This record gives sequence, C-alpha cells and structure tokens, in this order.
Amino acid sequence: MRLIAAMSGGVDSAVAAARAVEEGHEVIGVHLALSSNPQKYRSGARGCCTIEDSHDARRAADVIGIPFYIWDMADEFHENVVENFMSEYKSGRTPNPCLRCNEKVKFAAVLDRAKNMGFDGVVTGHYARTVDTSEGKTLHRAIDPLKDQSYVLAVLNREQINGAIFPLGDTEKVDIRIEAERRGLAVAQKPDSHDICFVPSGDNAGWLRDRMGSEEGPIVDQDGNQLGTHKGAYTYTIGQRKGLGLTVPTADGSPRFVLKIEPVSNTVVVGPREDLAVTSMRGEKTIICGPDIAPGGHRGFVQVRAHGAPLPASYSYSDGYLNAQLDEPLLGLATGQAMVIYDGDRVVASATICETA
Amino acid sequence: MSIYLDHAATTPMNPAAIEALTSALAIIGNPSSLHADGRAVRKYVEDARELLAASIGAAPSEVIFTGSGTEANNIAIKGIYWQRNSLQSRPVIITSAIEHQAVLEPAHWLVEHEGAQHIALPVNSDGVINLDALRLLVEDHGNSIALISVMHSNNETGVIQPISDVVAIAGDIPVHCDAVQSWSKCEFSFKDLGLFAASLSGHKVGGPIGVGVLVLQRGVDIPALIHGGGQEREIRSGTVNAPSIVALSAAIKKSNYSSHDVAALRHSFERGVHNVLPDAIINGSGADRLPGISSVTIPGALNETLLLLLDSKSISCSTGAACTAGVHRPSHVLEAMGIDEGAVMSTLRFSFGATSTQADVDAAIAALPDVVTRARSAR
Repeated sequence: MRLIAAMSGGVDSAVAAARAVEEGHEVIGVHLALSSNPQKYRSGARGCCTIEDSHDARRAADVIGIPFYIWDMADEFHENVVENFMSEYKSGRTPNPCLRCNEKVKFAAVLDRAKNMGFDGVVTGHYARTVDTSEGKTLHRAIDPLKDQSYVLAVLNREQINGAIFPLGDTEKVDIRIEAERRGLAVAQKPDSHDICFVPSGDNAGWLRDRMGSEEGPIVDQDGNQLGTHKGAYTYTIGQRKGLGLTVPTADGSPRFVLKIEPVSNTVVVGPREDLAVTSMRGEKTIICGPDIAPGGHRGFVQVRAHGAPLPASYSYSDGYLNAQLDEPLLGLATGQAMVIYDGDRVVASATICETA
Repeated sequence: MSIYLDHAATTPMNPAAIEALTSALAIIGNPSSLHADGRAVRKYVEDARELLAASIGAAPSEVIFTGSGTEANNIAIKGIYWQRNSLQSRPVIITSAIEHQAVLEPAHWLVEHEGAQHIALPVNSDGVINLDALRLLVEDHGNSIALISVMHSNNETGVIQPISDVVAIAGDIPVHCDAVQSWSKCEFSFKDLGLFAASLSGHKVGGPIGVGVLVLQRGVDIPALIHGGGQEREIRSGTVNAPSIVALSAAIKKSNYSSHDVAALRHSFERGVHNVLPDAIINGSGADRLPGISSVTIPGALNETLLLLLDSKSISCSTGAACTAGVHRPSHVLEAMGIDEGAVMSTLRFSFGATSTQADVDAAIAALPDVVTRARSAR
C-alpha cells in the first residue's frame, strides 16, 4: 500500500513508520505543523509542536529512508481543537482536545488529503489495534494497558478506522524504545509527551485565564449560600477539590467538591463527595466505531477518561444518543467528557456526555 | 536518478571546482601566516580574488570573502546602515518588496532593534520594481535614506531588475545589490552599474557551499558584524576559507554554464507546460528574466501537494518561497506582484542549470498531467 505516516517527532510514530516500511509499504512521512507560530502554544520539547520536534521527525524519516514533508494544519487545528477547547470550557463542559484532534485533524483532514493524493491510508504511532472482519476493520485496545490509546481514537468512524494503520498496538512501550535504539533512531529515549500539546505548562486553568480573561463569580453550596469567590468558572472541573479557596468550613469539617458549573450565571456549585456520584450518563454526537449496535440493551464497559478504568455497564443506542447505566456509581463526571463503550477489548462507540444522573 | 529542477536552490559543483577543492584541501597553511606555507596559500587566495574581481568588473580589493551570500547581505545592510547613521541620522532603508529574506530580515532587525524605518518598493504585475515610486521616495526622504537595496534578479521568478536606473535615481545614496541569482548567468558588472555594494554566493555558480562574496567599493569602511583577527579589510574576521575560495574561482574560470542552452531548455519546458496545462500561468513572463528560472502557477492545485507528488516521481522542484519551520508560507514575491493568495499557493519554481538536459524537461512535462490531476482532487 501507499501510506502517509504521521510523524510527531516522538519515538512511537518513528517506530510505527519504520515498521510500515519494513512490511513492504511505500511510506511517506508527514509532520503536522499544528501551530502557525510554533512558540505560540508551547515552549519546551515535550509535545509535537516545536521546531525541534519537526527536526526530530525529519531526522527519523531520513534514518528510515523515506521522504518527509511538513503539512500545515495550523488553521484546522486552531479552529477544530483549540477554539473548541475554549468554547467547551466556556459552556461549563470539560473537553478532551486529543479526541477532537484525532477526529477532525489526524484522521479527517490528513486522511482525506492522503486519499485524494492517491494514498491508501494513514500510519500513526498510537497504541491501539485493528482487526479485519468481514464488515471491515474494528478498533481494539492495545496489548499494553498502560499505553492503550483506543479511548482517544474512539471518535473514528468506520471509514476512518479502515484507513488507519496502528503498527504498535501489539507491542509494549519498553520494547518500542529498544526497537528504536536498534533501528538507530535518535528519539529512542525522548520523553513521552504529556498533558495537552498546546498547554505546555499543564496548567489548563492558567492557559484559559490568559486567553479568556477571568470574571469573578460566586462559589455556592447546593442551597445557594455563597461560600467564596472563583476566578473564572471555566477554570474549574467537576470533582475538583483543591484550589477552591473556601473560607466557610463544613459543619463536620469534610471537604467540598465542585459539583456543577453554571456558565450563564458564572457560578460554581460545591457540595459533599457523595453528591458527585453518577450512575447513568447520556451521550450525544455518537460515533459508531464498528458494526451497528442492535436495538435494546447490551452489556459492556464504559470508559470516561483517557486512562480511566473500564466500568461495567449496560448500554443502549437510540435516536443518536448513547445511554449507559453503571453497575457501580462513579464520582465526578463532567459533561463534555467522552464516553467510550467497549465490548471486551473492542471499541463499540463513543459519544460526548451531555447529561449525567 | 532524480530529475533535478531546483538549480536556483543550489546547483551541482562544477567538476573543475571539485578538483580544485580537493587539491587545495591537501595544502597546509593559513593565508594570514607570514611563513612560506602561509604565503603559498595566500597566493592562491589572491589569485582567486583577482580572477573573481575581474569576472564582475571590480577591483580585487573590493572583493571580501564571507561564509555565504546571506552573510554578505547582512554585512552590507547592517554595516552600511551603521556607517551612514554614524554622523547624522539616516534611518530610512529602502528595499524592493521582493528581496530575499537575507536582505529583508536584516532590515527588519534594524527596524526592531535600532529604530530604522524600512520602506518596501512596490513591483508591477511582472515583478519589476516601480522606478517612479523610487524617484518619489528619494525626493521625499533624500537625506534621511541610509541605503537602497535592490536585487539584480529575483530568486523566485528570475525577473531582472533595472539596477542602473536605481543607481541613477539614488544619486549619492549607497546602492546595494543582491546579485546571488544573477552572477555568471547574465550580464553583471559591479563597476558599470556603479554599485556601492553587492552580494554573491559560491554554490549558485558551481562553487562549494560555505563561501560568499561581499563586493564593497574601495575606500569604504563599514562596521563589522564579526570581530576578530581583522581579515578581509577588517570587515569579516575569521580564517580565510582558502580551499573553497580556490574552488569558487575554478568554477567561474571554467564555467560550464551556457545562458543560451539553459534559456532554450526553459523555453522548451514552458512550451511543454502550456501544452499539457493550458490554464497554467508563467509568472513574470512579460519581463526580462534569468535564463534558468520558471515560476509556474497551476490553478486549483496546492504547491506543497504538487511538490510531494513530483518528488514521489523523483522530480525535484521548489515552491521558491521560504519555509518557516518547514511550513510553506505564501510567497511575498508573488503577493507583491498582485497575485491572489490562492494562485500564490499554487505556484512552483522550476529552475535549470548547467547540468540540465532536454530529457529532464521531457520527464517533468510527462509527469505533470497526472500529478496535477491528483493534486487538484486533494485540495
């Protein structure tokens, strides 16, 4: 096949590209420039947006012996990922920008362009597996549970999964680094990227405050009594306990947690831990990642965070909404997060959480 | 074997230059040393200086060796600016709007750090500077102009600029000319043009990468960028790169570049482009151009996609414009010519040199239709 390898400058995508070449594919390396000004979003070399990262990617492509280009996806990234990140927070939701990037940039803009140029698919260094079935490819967890990235890939539809190649899904990360050394790739010991690539410090709240300003507002309990003042409601997350700066203690001294963020009234509602408990959730913008979901209820697992545990649940799909009923309550679930349904290790579907109860 | 159509980026070293370089690398001696070994190397360097000076109508003492054309441009723009501002305030730097980054960026740096005022001279739709605008600027700003810098020919379009008119209009104002693309490809005489300074580069003329020339009028003393042992008229310190200089002079002395032959190849290429892509546009075709550069707009296709697909067929060309961290940016040259952004991002530069052949042209023309079809669908 003729493939485009998306190369971030990290060890994973470099080894993924090398493996694709070794399997006999014709591979071209592409680095996505996601910021029109590489220093604008982040400095330091922990992510995929710096000039140094693009040099690392180019060097890896040269060592592997494949052509290498940089594609400017800064506009697509800013529009679909960064602006969405801000507007979601503004609406009181907690978005995951990595999912948006996979959905709208890596496996949409890039895959489309690749196909139109006569390529058959896109290779990435994500830790996930695909399995060929009579109805096309299905998406599965990687064998390394610590690195599994199927959650952030669960926004891919069937067509996108069919155009995606994940050569690392059957290998553990430690072995990828060893393999990179063996292949002479200088990125073998490069640290993993963490956090959100355009928030270098990992300080989401500070990043949002710098860009969206901070309008002070009340922090109230469930009865509406003001307990303190916040510095911009969108910088809080459901379930958050630290950094609330409350001056009125609870009667029994127990801690309070953020229960709700009300963007219209710019209010943060706090309360006791037990009121964070959620047993059911409803998701919109559902993406079916494999075979259709039959009507009625099913048993499976739901995962609500990138590195969260799979929670046993019953689920159903109707009228475009994905519904899940958890066997055990979960503490602290924000709207805007993605719910991903698994059948064993197979990704069934994903949706954006719009209601919890 | 690749089809190399990017000679304006760099062109293969002339075999005579390779031979001269490899021989010179074996000779010991720092040309600044006083002993016999130093003298021997100095003789080679000064022979080369004389030959190169003669080839551009300059005196040997007007030839200052640098590490690159970019360095020569930096010394000229900053050095002349500093020199001209040392006695009275002359903050204005006039350049054409279509200069190479190696001229624009030093000017921008002076604006940001030293309070200079940069004025970009507009060009017409063929990419030729507007001399009337220059006349007005000189009338308006007269005494406050530090220098005027206009390239001899443009690196993206090959369009040749009316430098002797610029010098006439400038009067007493120093004129610097970036002649990197023109040198040895078309008529260029430092003396006849009456220039104050000019910049040249070794690797564009069959010499090695890593050697450039600042041509600077005799008797002019400008501040240095690099301080040290005082080599090269105390304007460019650093051990003189004797082997590369010797190789550069060999490349000029035994030049294998024929303007006539290269122009014929480009003509054949552009005719071929029109045959297979009737809606393609050759930029600057209404003006005098260098023999070897062809700027082609292919409507509806993104240049970086065209470049990738041509590369996959082993055809090397360029978008011509600079990259920022590898990301293609709209060409300021084409924008200055009034070309809309869509067309700017659909423009490729094909450039031909001494080693180009008709077979190269034929291969490129044969590849274009399929590549363009794919690129148009990948928008």
